[in-house]
Amino acid sequence: MGLEQKLGNTGVVTTTLENAVNWSRTNSMWPMLFGLACCAIEMMAAQAANYDMSRFGMELMRASPRQSDLMIVAGRVSQKMAPVLRNLYDQMPDPKWVIAMGDCAACGGVYNNYAVLQGVDEIVPVDIYVAGCPPRPEGLINGVVALHNKIKSERFAKWK
Amino acid sequence: MREIQEFTLDELKHLFTPQAITGETMVLNMGPQHPSTHGVLRLILELDGEIVLNCVPDIGYLHTGIEKNMEAKTYQKAEVLTDRMDYMYTMGNNLVYCLAVEKLTELKSPARADAIRVILLELSRLQSHLLWIGTSALDLGAMSVFLYAMREREMILDIFELVSGQRMMTTYIRPGGLWRDVPAEFNDAVKQIVDIFPKRIDTYEALLTKNPLFMDRTKGIGKIDTKTALAWDVTGPTLRATGMAHDIRKANPYCGYEQYDFEIPTQTTGDIYGRYKVRVEEMRQSVRIVEQALNKLPFGPVRDNNPKFVPPPRSEIGVSMEALIHHFKLWTEGFTPPVGSVYSTIESPRGEMGLFLESDGSPKPYRVHYRTPSVPLLQIMPILSKGCFVADLIGIIGSIDIVLGDTDR
Repeated sequence: MGLEQKLGNTGVVTTTLENAVNWSRTNSMWPMLFGLACCAIEMMAAQAANYDMSRFGMELMRASPRQSDLMIVAGRVSQKMAPVLRNLYDQMPDPKWVIAMGDCAACGGVYNNYAVLQGVDEIVPVDIYVAGCPPRPEGLINGVVALHNKIKSERFAKWK
Repeated sequence: MREIQEFTLDELKHLFTPQAITGETMVLNMGPQHPSTHGVLRLILELDGEIVLNCVPDIGYLHTGIEKNMEAKTYQKAEVLTDRMDYMYTMGNNLVYCLAVEKLTELKSPARADAIRVILLELSRLQSHLLWIGTSALDLGAMSVFLYAMREREMILDIFELVSGQRMMTTYIRPGGLWRDVPAEFNDAVKQIVDIFPKRIDTYEALLTKNPLFMDRTKGIGKIDTKTALAWDVTGPTLRATGMAHDIRKANPYCGYEQYDFEIPTQTTGDIYGRYKVRVEEMRQSVRIVEQALNKLPFGPVRDNNPKFVPPPRSEIGVSMEALIHHFKLWTEGFTPPVGSVYSTIESPRGEMGLFLESDGSPKPYRVHYRTPSVPLLQIMPILSKGCFVADLIGIIGSIDIVLGDTDR
Protein backbone atom coordinates (compact mmCIF):
# COMPACT_ATOMS: atom_id res chain seq x y z
CA MET A 1 0.00 0.00 0.00
CA GLY A 2 2.16 2.78 1.22
CA LEU A 3 5.51 2.86 2.91
CA GLU A 4 5.89 -0.93 3.45
CA GLN A 5 6.00 -1.62 -0.26
CA LYS A 6 8.59 1.03 -0.90
CA LEU A 7 10.77 -0.16 1.98
CA GLY A 8 10.74 -3.68 0.65
CA ASN A 9 12.15 -6.51 2.73
CA THR A 10 13.86 -4.44 5.40
CA GLY A 11 12.05 -5.89 8.44
CA VAL A 12 10.27 -2.65 9.27
CA VAL A 13 6.58 -2.36 10.01
CA THR A 14 4.91 0.98 10.22
CA THR A 15 2.06 1.65 12.59
CA THR A 16 0.81 4.39 14.82
CA LEU A 17 2.13 4.84 18.32
CA GLU A 18 -1.37 4.35 19.68
CA ASN A 19 -1.79 1.01 17.99
CA ALA A 20 1.57 -0.24 19.15
CA VAL A 21 1.05 0.83 22.75
CA ASN A 22 -2.51 -0.47 22.97
CA TRP A 23 -1.50 -3.76 21.41
CA SER A 24 1.24 -4.26 23.96
CA ARG A 25 -1.10 -3.31 26.79
CA THR A 26 -3.67 -5.93 25.82
CA ASN A 27 -1.11 -8.69 25.41
CA SER A 28 0.79 -8.21 28.64
CA MET A 29 -2.01 -7.57 31.05
CA TRP A 30 -1.43 -8.70 34.60
CA PRO A 31 -4.64 -9.21 36.57
CA MET A 32 -4.56 -8.94 40.34
CA LEU A 33 -4.93 -12.19 42.25
CA PHE A 34 -7.82 -11.02 44.32
CA GLY A 35 -10.84 -13.21 44.99
CA LEU A 36 -13.73 -12.19 47.18
CA ALA A 37 -16.45 -14.84 47.06
CA CYS A 38 -18.14 -17.38 44.80
CA CYS A 39 -17.00 -15.72 41.55
CA ALA A 40 -13.38 -16.19 42.61
CA ILE A 41 -13.88 -19.93 42.25
CA GLU A 42 -15.04 -19.45 38.67
CA MET A 43 -12.12 -17.09 38.10
CA MET A 44 -9.82 -19.90 39.24
CA ALA A 45 -11.66 -22.29 36.92
CA ALA A 46 -11.06 -19.85 34.07
CA GLN A 47 -7.34 -19.90 34.89
CA ALA A 48 -7.17 -23.71 35.05
CA ALA A 49 -6.64 -26.20 32.25
CA ASN A 50 -10.15 -26.46 30.81
CA TYR A 51 -10.67 -22.78 30.03
CA ASP A 52 -7.06 -21.60 30.10
CA MET A 53 -7.04 -17.82 30.14
CA SER A 54 -3.38 -17.82 29.12
CA ARG A 55 -4.65 -18.16 25.57
CA PHE A 56 -5.45 -14.46 25.93
CA GLY A 57 -2.23 -13.56 27.69
CA MET A 58 -3.92 -13.28 31.06
CA GLU A 59 -2.32 -16.13 32.97
CA LEU A 60 0.08 -14.16 35.12
CA MET A 61 -1.89 -13.23 38.21
CA ARG A 62 -0.06 -10.88 40.51
CA ALA A 63 -0.78 -10.88 44.21
CA SER A 64 0.49 -7.35 44.68
CA PRO A 65 -1.57 -4.42 43.41
CA ARG A 66 1.68 -2.56 42.60
CA GLN A 67 2.46 -5.05 39.86
CA SER A 68 -0.97 -5.45 38.33
CA ASP A 69 -3.00 -3.38 35.88
CA LEU A 70 -6.35 -5.17 35.91
CA MET A 71 -8.54 -5.67 38.94
CA ILE A 72 -11.18 -8.37 38.56
CA VAL A 73 -13.67 -7.74 41.37
CA ALA A 74 -14.88 -11.31 41.74
CA GLY A 75 -17.70 -11.40 44.24
CA ARG A 76 -19.78 -9.37 46.61
CA VAL A 77 -18.14 -6.40 48.30
CA SER A 78 -19.19 -5.87 51.88
CA GLN A 79 -19.19 -2.51 53.60
CA LYS A 80 -16.17 -3.61 55.62
CA MET A 81 -14.27 -4.66 52.49
CA ALA A 82 -15.14 -1.58 50.43
CA PRO A 83 -12.44 0.79 51.81
CA VAL A 84 -9.85 -1.98 51.46
CA LEU A 85 -10.85 -2.48 47.82
CA ARG A 86 -10.53 1.23 47.12
CA ASN A 87 -7.15 1.24 48.81
CA LEU A 88 -6.01 -1.60 46.56
CA TYR A 89 -7.27 0.24 43.48
CA ASP A 90 -5.38 3.36 44.51
CA GLN A 91 -2.18 1.35 44.83
CA MET A 92 -2.34 0.05 41.26
CA PRO A 93 -0.16 1.98 38.79
CA ASP A 94 -1.75 3.69 35.80
CA PRO A 95 -3.05 2.68 33.28
CA LYS A 96 -5.47 0.43 35.16
CA TRP A 97 -8.76 -1.24 34.39
CA VAL A 98 -11.52 -2.87 36.44
CA ILE A 99 -13.82 -5.75 35.55
CA ALA A 100 -16.88 -6.16 37.78
CA MET A 101 -17.39 -9.91 37.65
CA GLY A 102 -20.80 -11.18 38.62
CA ASP A 103 -24.07 -9.58 39.57
CA CYS A 104 -22.98 -8.72 43.12
CA ALA A 105 -20.04 -6.66 41.91
CA ALA A 106 -22.13 -5.11 39.16
CA CYS A 107 -25.21 -4.08 41.14
CA GLY A 108 -25.44 -5.89 44.47
CA GLY A 109 -27.09 -8.95 42.96
CA VAL A 110 -29.54 -10.78 45.19
CA TYR A 111 -28.37 -8.92 48.25
CA ASN A 112 -30.28 -5.72 48.71
CA ASN A 113 -29.37 -5.22 52.34
CA TYR A 114 -27.30 -3.36 54.90
CA ALA A 115 -24.09 -5.30 54.42
CA VAL A 116 -23.38 -5.37 50.70
CA LEU A 117 -22.21 -2.53 48.49
CA GLN A 118 -24.79 -2.08 45.74
CA GLY A 119 -22.34 -2.34 42.90
CA VAL A 120 -18.61 -1.85 43.04
CA ASP A 121 -18.94 1.16 40.69
CA GLU A 122 -19.89 3.16 43.77
CA ILE A 123 -16.22 3.20 44.78
CA VAL A 124 -14.09 2.42 41.71
CA PRO A 125 -14.64 3.18 38.00
CA VAL A 126 -15.65 -0.03 36.19
CA ASP A 127 -14.77 -0.74 32.55
CA ILE A 128 -16.56 -4.04 31.91
CA TYR A 129 -19.49 -5.63 33.69
CA VAL A 130 -19.84 -9.41 33.43
CA ALA A 131 -23.32 -10.69 34.22
CA GLY A 132 -24.13 -13.97 35.91
CA CYS A 133 -24.31 -15.40 39.40
CA PRO A 134 -21.61 -16.55 39.12
CA PRO A 135 -20.66 -16.00 35.45
CA ARG A 136 -19.37 -19.05 33.65
CA PRO A 137 -15.63 -19.01 32.88
CA GLU A 138 -16.60 -18.36 29.25
CA GLY A 139 -18.45 -15.26 30.49
CA LEU A 140 -15.34 -13.96 32.19
CA ILE A 141 -13.24 -14.68 29.10
CA ASN A 142 -15.79 -12.82 27.03
CA GLY A 143 -15.47 -9.88 29.42
CA VAL A 144 -11.70 -9.97 29.10
CA VAL A 145 -11.90 -9.99 25.30
CA ALA A 146 -14.34 -7.09 25.44
CA LEU A 147 -11.86 -5.22 27.62
CA HIS A 148 -9.08 -5.93 25.13
CA ASN A 149 -11.21 -4.50 22.34
CA LYS A 150 -11.93 -1.46 24.44
CA ILE A 151 -8.25 -0.89 25.12
CA LYS A 152 -7.36 -1.30 21.44
CA SER A 153 -9.62 1.61 20.57
CA GLU A 154 -8.31 3.90 23.30
CA ARG A 155 -6.92 7.28 22.18
CA PHE A 156 -4.06 9.06 23.90
CA ALA A 157 -5.32 12.56 23.33
CA LYS A 158 -8.13 14.30 21.57
CA TRP A 159 -6.93 15.32 18.09
CA LYS A 160 -8.24 18.69 17.09
CA MET B 1 -18.34 4.18 52.57
CA ARG B 2 -16.78 3.63 55.95
CA GLU B 3 -13.12 4.16 56.74
CA ILE B 4 -10.69 1.27 56.97
CA GLN B 5 -10.80 -0.05 60.51
CA GLU B 6 -7.47 0.71 62.03
CA PHE B 7 -6.46 -0.39 65.47
CA THR B 8 -3.76 1.01 67.64
CA LEU B 9 -1.52 -1.44 69.43
CA ASP B 10 -2.91 -0.12 72.70
CA GLU B 11 -6.41 -1.37 71.82
CA LEU B 12 -5.13 -4.82 70.91
CA LYS B 13 -2.57 -5.25 73.67
CA HIS B 14 -4.60 -7.93 75.47
CA LEU B 15 -4.13 -10.17 72.40
CA PHE B 16 -0.36 -9.92 72.27
CA THR B 17 2.61 -10.33 74.57
CA PRO B 18 3.92 -7.23 76.39
CA GLN B 19 6.95 -7.28 74.08
CA ALA B 20 4.74 -6.19 71.20
CA ILE B 21 4.12 -2.83 72.85
CA THR B 22 7.80 -2.15 73.42
CA GLY B 23 8.67 -3.14 69.87
CA GLU B 24 10.78 -6.20 70.69
CA THR B 25 8.41 -8.32 68.60
CA MET B 26 6.74 -7.26 65.38
CA VAL B 27 3.00 -7.01 64.79
CA LEU B 28 2.25 -7.74 61.14
CA ASN B 29 -0.98 -7.56 59.22
CA MET B 30 -1.74 -10.38 56.78
CA GLY B 31 -4.72 -9.92 54.51
CA PRO B 32 -7.54 -9.28 53.73
CA GLN B 33 -5.98 -9.26 50.26
CA HIS B 34 -3.49 -12.09 50.34
CA PRO B 35 -3.17 -14.94 47.85
CA SER B 36 -3.04 -17.63 50.52
CA THR B 37 -5.84 -16.63 52.84
CA HIS B 38 -8.46 -18.39 50.68
CA GLY B 39 -10.73 -15.39 50.43
CA VAL B 40 -10.81 -12.24 52.47
CA LEU B 41 -9.44 -13.37 55.79
CA ARG B 42 -7.32 -10.99 57.81
CA LEU B 43 -4.80 -12.29 60.32
CA ILE B 44 -2.94 -10.04 62.71
CA LEU B 45 0.34 -11.77 63.53
CA GLU B 46 2.84 -11.16 66.26
CA LEU B 47 6.24 -12.31 65.06
CA ASP B 48 9.53 -12.94 66.76
CA GLY B 49 11.71 -13.02 63.68
CA GLU B 50 10.22 -15.80 61.61
CA ILE B 51 8.30 -17.44 64.49
CA VAL B 52 4.58 -16.76 64.97
CA LEU B 53 3.93 -15.92 68.62
CA ASN B 54 0.27 -14.90 68.29
CA CYS B 55 -2.24 -14.99 65.50
CA VAL B 56 -5.54 -13.12 65.71
CA PRO B 57 -8.08 -13.75 62.94
CA ASP B 58 -10.24 -10.77 61.99
CA ILE B 59 -13.36 -11.92 60.19
CA GLY B 60 -16.31 -10.06 58.68
CA TYR B 61 -14.80 -8.91 55.39
CA LEU B 62 -17.38 -10.97 53.53
CA HIS B 63 -20.32 -10.37 55.83
CA THR B 64 -23.31 -10.43 53.51
CA GLY B 65 -26.28 -10.38 55.89
CA ILE B 66 -27.68 -13.59 54.41
CA GLU B 67 -29.44 -14.65 57.61
CA LYS B 68 -31.15 -11.30 57.96
CA ASN B 69 -32.00 -11.18 54.26
CA MET B 70 -33.66 -14.59 54.48
CA GLU B 71 -36.10 -13.25 57.07
CA ALA B 72 -37.41 -10.82 54.48
CA LYS B 73 -38.16 -13.49 51.88
CA THR B 74 -40.70 -16.30 51.67
CA TYR B 75 -39.50 -19.84 52.32
CA GLN B 76 -39.06 -20.65 48.61
CA LYS B 77 -37.20 -17.46 47.82
CA ALA B 78 -34.99 -17.63 50.90
CA GLU B 79 -33.49 -20.87 49.66
CA VAL B 80 -31.77 -19.09 46.77
CA LEU B 81 -29.65 -17.16 49.26
CA THR B 82 -28.41 -20.31 51.01
CA ASP B 83 -26.43 -21.37 47.91
CA ARG B 84 -24.14 -18.42 48.16
CA MET B 85 -23.04 -19.06 51.72
CA ASP B 86 -20.64 -21.98 51.64
CA TYR B 87 -20.02 -21.67 47.92
CA MET B 88 -17.97 -24.84 47.81
CA TYR B 89 -20.85 -26.99 49.09
CA THR B 90 -23.93 -25.38 47.59
CA MET B 91 -26.00 -28.57 47.46
CA GLY B 92 -25.40 -29.08 51.17
CA ASN B 93 -26.50 -25.55 52.00
CA ASN B 94 -29.75 -26.22 50.16
CA LEU B 95 -30.16 -29.55 51.87
CA VAL B 96 -29.73 -28.34 55.44
CA TYR B 97 -32.35 -25.68 54.77
CA CYS B 98 -34.73 -28.17 53.13
CA LEU B 99 -34.29 -30.65 55.99
CA ALA B 100 -35.26 -27.91 58.45
CA VAL B 101 -38.32 -26.88 56.43
CA GLU B 102 -39.30 -30.53 56.00
CA LYS B 103 -39.04 -31.07 59.75
CA LEU B 104 -41.17 -28.00 60.36
CA THR B 105 -43.89 -28.87 57.85
CA GLU B 106 -43.74 -32.69 58.04
CA LEU B 107 -43.04 -32.91 54.33
CA LYS B 108 -41.47 -36.19 53.30
CA SER B 109 -38.90 -36.52 50.56
CA PRO B 110 -39.50 -39.65 48.39
CA ALA B 111 -36.95 -42.46 48.15
CA ARG B 112 -35.76 -41.51 44.66
CA ALA B 113 -35.25 -37.91 45.71
CA ASP B 114 -33.23 -39.06 48.71
CA ALA B 115 -30.97 -41.23 46.56
CA ILE B 116 -30.38 -38.44 44.04
CA ARG B 117 -29.70 -36.05 46.92
CA VAL B 118 -27.05 -38.42 48.28
CA ILE B 119 -25.37 -38.71 44.86
CA LEU B 120 -25.29 -34.95 44.40
CA LEU B 121 -24.13 -34.31 47.97
CA GLU B 122 -21.23 -36.70 47.64
CA LEU B 123 -20.31 -35.19 44.27
CA SER B 124 -20.37 -31.79 45.99
CA ARG B 125 -18.09 -33.12 48.70
CA LEU B 126 -15.77 -34.44 46.00
CA GLN B 127 -15.61 -31.12 44.19
CA SER B 128 -15.00 -29.27 47.45
CA HIS B 129 -12.16 -31.62 48.39
CA LEU B 130 -10.80 -31.35 44.84
CA LEU B 131 -10.56 -27.60 45.09
CA TRP B 132 -9.07 -27.99 48.55
CA ILE B 133 -6.38 -30.41 47.41
CA GLY B 134 -5.57 -28.14 44.48
CA THR B 135 -5.33 -24.87 46.38
CA SER B 136 -3.65 -26.20 49.50
CA ALA B 137 -1.02 -27.98 47.43
CA LEU B 138 -0.61 -24.75 45.45
CA ASP B 139 0.03 -22.92 48.72
CA LEU B 140 2.80 -25.37 49.50
CA GLY B 141 4.30 -24.94 46.05
CA ALA B 142 2.88 -27.91 44.10
CA MET B 143 1.34 -26.35 41.02
CA SER B 144 0.40 -29.37 38.91
CA VAL B 145 -2.09 -30.84 41.43
CA PHE B 146 -4.23 -27.74 41.01
CA LEU B 147 -4.50 -28.21 37.25
CA TYR B 148 -5.39 -31.89 37.58
CA ALA B 149 -7.93 -31.27 40.34
CA MET B 150 -9.65 -28.48 38.42
CA ARG B 151 -9.91 -30.73 35.37
CA GLU B 152 -11.84 -33.32 37.37
CA ARG B 153 -13.88 -30.67 39.10
CA GLU B 154 -15.23 -29.56 35.74
CA MET B 155 -16.65 -33.06 35.21
CA ILE B 156 -18.67 -32.74 38.41
CA LEU B 157 -19.79 -29.22 37.58
CA ASP B 158 -21.01 -30.52 34.22
CA ILE B 159 -23.31 -32.91 36.10
CA PHE B 160 -24.63 -30.06 38.24
CA GLU B 161 -25.28 -28.10 35.09
CA LEU B 162 -27.03 -31.09 33.57
CA VAL B 163 -29.49 -31.46 36.45
CA SER B 164 -30.06 -27.84 37.39
CA GLY B 165 -28.84 -25.57 34.58
CA GLN B 166 -26.24 -23.86 36.79
CA ARG B 167 -22.67 -24.83 37.54
CA MET B 168 -22.42 -23.70 41.14
CA MET B 169 -25.57 -22.04 42.50
CA THR B 170 -27.94 -24.87 41.77
CA THR B 171 -30.92 -24.52 44.16
CA TYR B 172 -31.82 -27.99 42.89
CA ILE B 173 -32.78 -29.55 46.22
CA ARG B 174 -36.14 -28.09 47.30
CA PRO B 175 -38.32 -28.57 50.40
CA GLY B 176 -40.13 -31.87 49.86
CA GLY B 177 -37.76 -33.34 47.28
CA LEU B 178 -36.08 -31.97 44.19
CA TRP B 179 -36.85 -29.30 41.65
CA ARG B 180 -37.41 -31.92 38.91
CA ASP B 181 -36.27 -35.39 38.00
CA VAL B 182 -32.77 -35.86 36.61
CA PRO B 183 -32.40 -36.02 32.81
CA ALA B 184 -31.75 -39.34 31.07
CA GLU B 185 -28.00 -38.67 30.62
CA PHE B 186 -27.50 -38.37 34.37
CA ASN B 187 -26.79 -42.06 35.05
CA ASP B 188 -24.11 -42.36 32.39
CA ALA B 189 -22.42 -39.14 33.44
CA VAL B 190 -22.24 -40.23 37.09
CA LYS B 191 -21.12 -43.72 36.06
CA GLN B 192 -18.22 -42.17 34.18
CA ILE B 193 -17.14 -40.30 37.30
CA VAL B 194 -17.38 -43.44 39.44
CA ASP B 195 -15.19 -45.30 36.94
CA ILE B 196 -12.59 -42.60 36.52
CA PHE B 197 -12.20 -41.18 39.98
CA PRO B 198 -10.36 -43.90 41.93
CA LYS B 199 -7.55 -43.74 39.35
CA ARG B 200 -7.49 -39.96 39.46
CA ILE B 201 -7.26 -39.94 43.25
CA ASP B 202 -4.27 -42.28 42.88
CA THR B 203 -2.70 -39.65 40.64
CA TYR B 204 -3.03 -36.95 43.30
CA GLU B 205 -1.63 -39.30 45.90
CA ALA B 206 1.30 -40.16 43.65
CA LEU B 207 2.07 -36.45 43.44
CA LEU B 208 1.76 -35.69 47.14
CA THR B 209 1.52 -38.54 49.65
CA LYS B 210 5.15 -39.67 49.51
CA ASN B 211 6.58 -36.46 48.13
CA PRO B 212 9.43 -35.60 50.55
CA LEU B 213 8.93 -31.86 50.10
CA PHE B 214 5.24 -32.15 50.88
CA MET B 215 5.91 -34.38 53.88
CA ASP B 216 8.49 -31.99 55.28
CA ARG B 217 6.08 -29.11 55.01
CA THR B 218 3.13 -30.95 56.59
CA LYS B 219 4.22 -33.60 59.10
CA GLY B 220 4.09 -32.46 62.71
CA ILE B 221 2.94 -28.94 61.79
CA GLY B 222 -0.30 -27.37 62.96
CA LYS B 223 -0.99 -30.03 65.56
CA ILE B 224 -4.10 -30.25 67.69
CA ASP B 225 -5.36 -33.00 70.00
CA THR B 226 -8.90 -34.38 70.32
CA LYS B 227 -9.60 -32.73 73.67
CA THR B 228 -8.69 -29.23 72.49
CA ALA B 229 -10.53 -29.74 69.23
CA LEU B 230 -13.71 -30.76 71.05
CA ALA B 231 -13.35 -27.89 73.52
CA TRP B 232 -13.30 -25.48 70.56
CA ASP B 233 -16.24 -27.23 68.88
CA VAL B 234 -14.18 -28.32 65.89
CA THR B 235 -15.79 -30.93 63.63
CA GLY B 236 -15.12 -32.51 60.28
CA PRO B 237 -11.79 -33.71 58.88
CA THR B 238 -9.85 -31.57 61.35
CA LEU B 239 -11.44 -33.47 64.25
CA ARG B 240 -11.17 -36.82 62.49
CA ALA B 241 -7.47 -36.25 61.90
CA THR B 242 -7.02 -36.21 65.68
CA GLY B 243 -8.42 -39.73 65.98
CA MET B 244 -12.08 -39.24 66.76
CA ALA B 245 -14.44 -40.94 64.28
CA HIS B 246 -17.27 -38.44 64.40
CA ASP B 247 -19.37 -37.98 61.27
CA ILE B 248 -22.95 -36.70 61.18
CA ARG B 249 -23.67 -39.11 58.33
CA LYS B 250 -23.15 -41.97 60.80
CA ALA B 251 -24.07 -40.28 64.09
CA ASN B 252 -27.33 -38.73 62.91
CA PRO B 253 -28.10 -40.05 59.41
CA TYR B 254 -30.19 -38.01 56.98
CA CYS B 255 -31.36 -38.75 53.42
CA GLY B 256 -30.96 -42.48 54.04
CA TYR B 257 -27.18 -42.45 54.65
CA GLU B 258 -27.67 -45.43 56.96
CA GLN B 259 -28.33 -47.65 53.90
CA TYR B 260 -24.89 -47.11 52.44
CA ASP B 261 -21.75 -48.91 53.36
CA PHE B 262 -18.87 -46.53 54.00
CA GLU B 263 -16.17 -45.91 56.57
CA ILE B 264 -15.14 -42.85 58.52
CA PRO B 265 -11.44 -42.33 57.82
CA THR B 266 -9.39 -41.21 60.81
CA GLN B 267 -5.77 -40.41 61.57
CA THR B 268 -4.16 -39.94 64.95
CA THR B 269 -1.54 -37.31 64.23
CA GLY B 270 -3.77 -34.22 64.16
CA ASP B 271 -1.33 -32.36 61.89
CA ILE B 272 -1.61 -31.05 58.34
CA TYR B 273 -0.55 -34.39 56.90
CA GLY B 274 -3.22 -36.18 58.92
CA ARG B 275 -5.90 -33.84 57.59
CA TYR B 276 -4.64 -34.42 54.06
CA LYS B 277 -4.83 -38.21 54.50
CA VAL B 278 -8.33 -38.01 55.97
CA ARG B 279 -9.62 -35.89 53.10
CA VAL B 280 -8.08 -38.08 50.40
CA GLU B 281 -9.64 -41.17 52.00
CA GLU B 282 -12.96 -39.31 52.27
CA MET B 283 -12.85 -38.75 48.54
CA ARG B 284 -12.56 -42.49 47.99
CA GLN B 285 -15.45 -43.13 50.39
CA SER B 286 -17.56 -40.53 48.57
CA VAL B 287 -17.00 -42.37 45.29
CA ARG B 288 -18.09 -45.58 47.04
CA ILE B 289 -21.31 -43.98 48.28
CA VAL B 290 -22.08 -42.53 44.84
CA GLU B 291 -21.57 -45.95 43.26
CA GLN B 292 -23.91 -47.66 45.74
CA ALA B 293 -26.57 -45.00 45.44
CA LEU B 294 -26.42 -45.09 41.65
CA ASN B 295 -26.70 -48.88 41.54
CA LYS B 296 -29.90 -48.96 43.54
CA LEU B 297 -31.47 -45.73 42.35
CA PRO B 298 -35.21 -46.36 42.82
CA PHE B 299 -37.90 -45.18 40.43
CA GLY B 300 -40.81 -43.02 41.46
CA PRO B 301 -41.69 -39.40 42.17
CA VAL B 302 -39.06 -36.89 43.23
CA ARG B 303 -41.37 -34.53 45.13
CA ASP B 304 -43.81 -34.82 47.97
CA ASN B 305 -47.33 -34.34 46.61
CA ASN B 306 -48.65 -32.09 49.38
CA PRO B 307 -50.03 -29.21 47.24
CA LYS B 308 -50.04 -26.78 50.19
CA PHE B 309 -46.25 -26.78 50.25
CA VAL B 310 -44.96 -28.21 46.99
CA PRO B 311 -45.89 -26.54 43.69
CA PRO B 312 -47.88 -28.76 41.30
CA PRO B 313 -46.24 -30.01 38.09
CA ARG B 314 -46.40 -27.61 35.19
CA SER B 315 -48.50 -30.03 33.13
CA GLU B 316 -51.31 -30.00 35.70
CA ILE B 317 -51.70 -26.23 35.80
CA GLY B 318 -53.42 -26.08 32.42
CA VAL B 319 -55.99 -28.76 33.20
CA SER B 320 -56.67 -28.61 36.93
CA MET B 321 -58.35 -25.68 38.69
CA GLU B 322 -56.95 -26.72 42.09
CA ALA B 323 -53.43 -26.95 40.71
CA LEU B 324 -53.73 -23.43 39.30
CA ILE B 325 -55.01 -22.08 42.63
CA HIS B 326 -52.23 -23.80 44.59
CA HIS B 327 -49.64 -22.55 42.14
CA PHE B 328 -50.96 -18.99 42.41
CA LYS B 329 -51.09 -19.10 46.22
CA LEU B 330 -47.60 -20.61 46.52
CA TRP B 331 -45.90 -18.05 44.28
CA THR B 332 -47.78 -14.99 45.53
CA GLU B 333 -47.85 -15.45 49.28
CA GLY B 334 -45.83 -18.64 49.88
CA PHE B 335 -46.62 -21.46 52.25
CA THR B 336 -47.17 -21.12 55.98
CA PRO B 337 -45.55 -23.75 58.19
CA PRO B 338 -46.85 -24.18 61.76
CA VAL B 339 -45.32 -22.19 64.63
CA GLY B 340 -42.22 -23.79 66.02
CA SER B 341 -38.45 -24.01 65.90
CA VAL B 342 -36.25 -26.76 64.46
CA TYR B 343 -32.59 -27.58 64.15
CA SER B 344 -31.25 -29.66 61.31
CA THR B 345 -27.69 -30.74 60.75
CA ILE B 346 -25.56 -32.30 58.02
CA GLU B 347 -21.92 -33.18 57.46
CA SER B 348 -20.31 -30.63 55.20
CA PRO B 349 -16.76 -31.13 53.81
CA ARG B 350 -15.60 -28.90 56.64
CA GLY B 351 -17.60 -30.33 59.52
CA GLU B 352 -21.02 -30.08 61.07
CA MET B 353 -23.28 -27.59 59.34
CA GLY B 354 -26.46 -26.84 61.23
CA LEU B 355 -29.45 -24.61 60.72
CA PHE B 356 -31.74 -23.25 63.39
CA LEU B 357 -35.04 -22.13 61.91
CA GLU B 358 -37.82 -20.46 63.84
CA SER B 359 -41.28 -20.01 62.36
CA ASP B 360 -44.00 -17.71 63.68
CA GLY B 361 -46.63 -19.14 61.33
CA SER B 362 -46.14 -16.52 58.62
CA PRO B 363 -44.85 -17.26 55.07
CA LYS B 364 -41.44 -15.87 56.01
CA PRO B 365 -38.98 -17.38 58.48
CA TYR B 366 -38.87 -15.50 61.79
CA ARG B 367 -35.24 -16.30 62.48
CA VAL B 368 -32.62 -18.20 60.52
CA HIS B 369 -29.30 -19.01 62.09
CA TYR B 370 -26.55 -21.15 60.62
CA ARG B 371 -24.04 -23.06 62.64
CA THR B 372 -21.19 -23.18 60.19
CA PRO B 373 -18.08 -25.34 60.55
CA SER B 374 -15.61 -22.68 59.42
CA VAL B 375 -16.02 -20.43 62.47
CA PRO B 376 -14.62 -22.92 65.04
CA LEU B 377 -11.89 -23.81 62.54
CA LEU B 378 -10.82 -20.18 62.46
CA GLN B 379 -11.01 -19.94 66.23
CA ILE B 380 -8.34 -22.61 66.63
CA MET B 381 -5.95 -20.76 64.28
CA PRO B 382 -4.06 -19.20 67.24
CA ILE B 383 -3.58 -22.68 68.76
CA LEU B 384 -2.50 -24.31 65.50
CA SER B 385 -0.09 -21.59 64.52
CA LYS B 386 1.60 -20.91 67.86
CA GLY B 387 5.32 -21.32 67.47
CA CYS B 388 5.31 -22.18 63.78
CA PHE B 389 7.07 -20.38 60.96
CA VAL B 390 5.26 -17.85 58.79
CA ALA B 391 5.65 -20.18 55.81
CA ASP B 392 3.95 -22.97 57.76
CA LEU B 393 1.07 -20.67 58.60
CA ILE B 394 0.15 -20.72 54.90
CA GLY B 395 -0.04 -24.49 54.99
CA ILE B 396 -2.15 -24.43 58.15
CA ILE B 397 -4.72 -22.03 56.66
CA GLY B 398 -4.95 -24.28 53.63
CA SER B 399 -5.25 -27.46 55.69
CA ILE B 400 -8.26 -26.47 57.79
CA ASP B 401 -10.12 -25.65 54.56
CA ILE B 402 -12.05 -22.56 55.55
CA VAL B 403 -14.53 -20.91 53.23
CA LEU B 404 -14.96 -17.28 54.14
CA GLY B 405 -18.47 -17.14 52.77
CA ASP B 406 -19.26 -19.87 55.27
CA THR B 407 -17.64 -17.98 58.15
CA ASP B 408 -19.09 -14.55 57.59
CA ARG B 409 -22.41 -15.33 55.93
